[in-house]
Amino acid sequence: MPAVVLALLQVIHPINLFLVTLGVGAGIVVGALPGLTATMAIALLVPFTFGMNVVHALVLLGGMYCGAIYGGSYSAILINTPGTPAAIATTFDGFTLAKKGHAYRAIVVATIASVVGGLIGVFFLLFLSPPLARASLRFGPPEFFWLTVFGLTIIATISPKSTVKGLIGGAVGLLIGTIGIAPIEGTIRFSFGTLALQNGISLIPALIGLFCLPEILDMIASRNEEHSAIPYRSQRHMLRRVWRLMRRKPWLLIRSGLIGTGIGIIPGAGANIAGMVSYNEAVRVSSEPEKFGKGNLDGITASEASNNAGVAGSLVPLLTLGIPGAPPAAVLLGALLLKGFRPGAELFTVHATVTYTFMFSLIVANLVLLPLGLMLGKGASKVVAGLPVSLLAPLVFFLSVIGAFAIQNNIADVYVMFALGLVGYAGRKLGFQPGPIVLGLILGVMCEQGLVQSILIGRAAGMPVAIFFTRPISLVLIGLTLFSAGWPMISRMRRRAAAPSHDSDSTISSGGSHA
Amino acid sequence: MRMQRMPRIAALIIAGAVMVLPMALFAAGGAEQGSFPTRAINYVIPFDAGGQSDITAQYQREGLERELGVDVVIRHQAGAGGALAWSALARGRADGYTIAGNNIPHIVIQPLVRDNAGYRTEDLRPVYLFQTTPIGLAVAANSPFNTLAELIDHARANPGRVTVSGSGTHSGHHLAILQLQYLSGTEFTYVPASGAAPSVTNFLGGHTQAILANSDDLVQHRESMKILAIGTEARFHALPEVPTFMEQGYDFTAGIDRGVTVPANTPEDIVRRLERAFDAVTRDPAFVSQMEVMGFEMQYLGADAFAEYIARKQREISTVLRELGEL
Repeated sequence: MPAVVLALLQVIHPINLFLVTLGVGAGIVVGALPGLTATMAIALLVPFTFGMNVVHALVLLGGMYCGAIYGGSYSAILINTPGTPAAIATTFDGFTLAKKGHAYRAIVVATIASVVGGLIGVFFLLFLSPPLARASLRFGPPEFFWLTVFGLTIIATISPKSTVKGLIGGAVGLLIGTIGIAPIEGTIRFSFGTLALQNGISLIPALIGLFCLPEILDMIASRNEEHSAIPYRSQRHMLRRVWRLMRRKPWLLIRSGLIGTGIGIIPGAGANIAGMVSYNEAVRVSSEPEKFGKGNLDGITASEASNNAGVAGSLVPLLTLGIPGAPPAAVLLGALLLKGFRPGAELFTVHATVTYTFMFSLIVANLVLLPLGLMLGKGASKVVAGLPVSLLAPLVFFLSVIGAFAIQNNIADVYVMFALGLVGYAGRKLGFQPGPIVLGLILGVMCEQGLVQSILIGRAAGMPVAIFFTRPISLVLIGLTLFSAGWPMISRMRRRAAAPSHDSDSTISSGGSHA
Repeated sequence: MRMQRMPRIAALIIAGAVMVLPMALFAAGGAEQGSFPTRAINYVIPFDAGGQSDITAQYQREGLERELGVDVVIRHQAGAGGALAWSALARGRADGYTIAGNNIPHIVIQPLVRDNAGYRTEDLRPVYLFQTTPIGLAVAANSPFNTLAELIDHARANPGRVTVSGSGTHSGHHLAILQLQYLSGTEFTYVPASGAAPSVTNFLGGHTQAILANSDDLVQHRESMKILAIGTEARFHALPEVPTFMEQGYDFTAGIDRGVTVPANTPEDIVRRLERAFDAVTRDPAFVSQMEVMGFEMQYLGADAFAEYIARKQREISTVLRELGEL
């Protein structure tokens, strides 16, 4: 029997179905807790898969990976804190919806988007892994540098109220990223002689500090301890209503899925960036960009379809080349090696049944996500909406401390979280959003690596400057960067050009009632 | 049989996500004298999950639990190239209930080159050295160079033109390229990456001409590269066709050694107890064959031999760094 058929039979085996479901469910729970990332979820589970056979282990871990990336959207929507870094862009519109009582609606959108995005990712993993993995290797240090520069243009999109404040926030993030041991040359910067800062400011404590603590402080400052932080309105047939809305924009789903898959495949980029890039493109393509950040369902769709597509994407270079596309995939690589499996051609020949069972199980994982996610999501939104602030605030605070500590078992991270929490709160009062700061922090480290490595390689080739401008993928990224940075001006011009006719249109339709 | 594990998994993950982490923290309190160990031992990996140190520890865990009769909990505390975990260990309780992976040359180089690494090499008491990944030099499968001599000749004629990928600055890979440059009188351009995986990616993508990589990565990617030399004294079991640097006239070895360590003032009997347990686990034939297949070289150095080895490395490395003007 061919391996594919055997794999299909394996994947519908009750034990495997059970393990996928268990993995997804547990992943959602861990992913939803702020600070507990997909990487950590998988790392925690690996010891328990030690005694299992390789298929069971992979099926469980793969389900966990999907579930955790999806689960991050819950806390993004419910308490304005990305449960995993992949869900940063989900906070922009998700929490606004929750504050209006539409938390569950937002979660339904996130769920559908995750399922569709996840399936798009698995499609590419199944059918196009070898050529895509080879293509991903063309992504060298100069391309990385330009990708991060392109990523920084997202700041303009995610700070619609004030681009200047967004840019200041981004610069602060970039500067925070320089603290600690330099990624390439190993020098210690801005530690002020303290050991605590030598390791730099880690992303997770920064995320929790900047997003979560100001939210808790706001909850408390609103002084209605007896009330819940967010209202909850239930609606019947939510799934059908939401799907009817989302069905109208198939390109949004497909484009986000493709962006997520592509970025997931590039080794070292991962879901953290995928969600934001996809969000950025959704805003740019949209005919109503001003509605983003104010509870637009499309924003959640873009972010969540993309980050879940990145899951399968990050497995493309892992399974074909043995190079993990993202940190959680690196832990999966460890699990594979522990089972005595060497990623590469052998996985698709000698161990084809195992490999295809694993890939098929990711389809199952994404399908299981729908009912399981809706169920857990409804529960979570009811719980958060049902708890009075006097209970929710301390609970979230407790989880924040645990989350910040757990990532490296390092108490210094908890202090960092507190410090950045105060910065975030003060910033919020002054109109600075946490998004650009975190984006700067994520991209700064990558950007520096790409820059320094490119200069080293370019200098050796006698072209220290030209290396940045002569490679095809780099040129595409430069073009995208210019386009993205110039977009606000382009769209303003377009709007101005279209303004007279647009005005008369709306005059007719609205009966001249607008002043 | 497998089903028995399921409730344990479900219970741990769902409750454990919140519960286990603080518990692991509190478990570090209250040492007792007498028969060591009486409670769970924390085995801290100073690097990310999925790396060589982690994989080794995951394999060792069951054997260690059998030998010591208590649970062994693997925790990851990655950061500052391992220094985060080592400085925490050096300042922690010396009761044997927290042990950590111990990597050479990291624990030797970091205190030498950093103003304040957070620990001194002497703050860590070596317990057991169990494996090494020798470092090898490779070029792409389609590279015009077929031998180390050809590559060195080319580099000598074109100083700084040959790019070599590796993991980190002041790391084992960095040390190896410095030694090769020094002994061959050549100049390469070393392109450090933030870890082994990104270094391999840069090399496989053709962004650098050569790579210094650990043996397990060489074994993993051997089809896409020509391995020109390896940093062992004798031929390496997993790659017997690859000549050593020494054979080719460059008198140095290069590798990353992995072992386990405790704080310096840990009582002698506890160190010996841990040493015995690690010795038994490391000599288990099943463990040895699993490790060797992946491209690791086994070592069986007890506490005393390991301490001597570190002292020798300290002398060697500080001499090399001083001669090369890195100190």
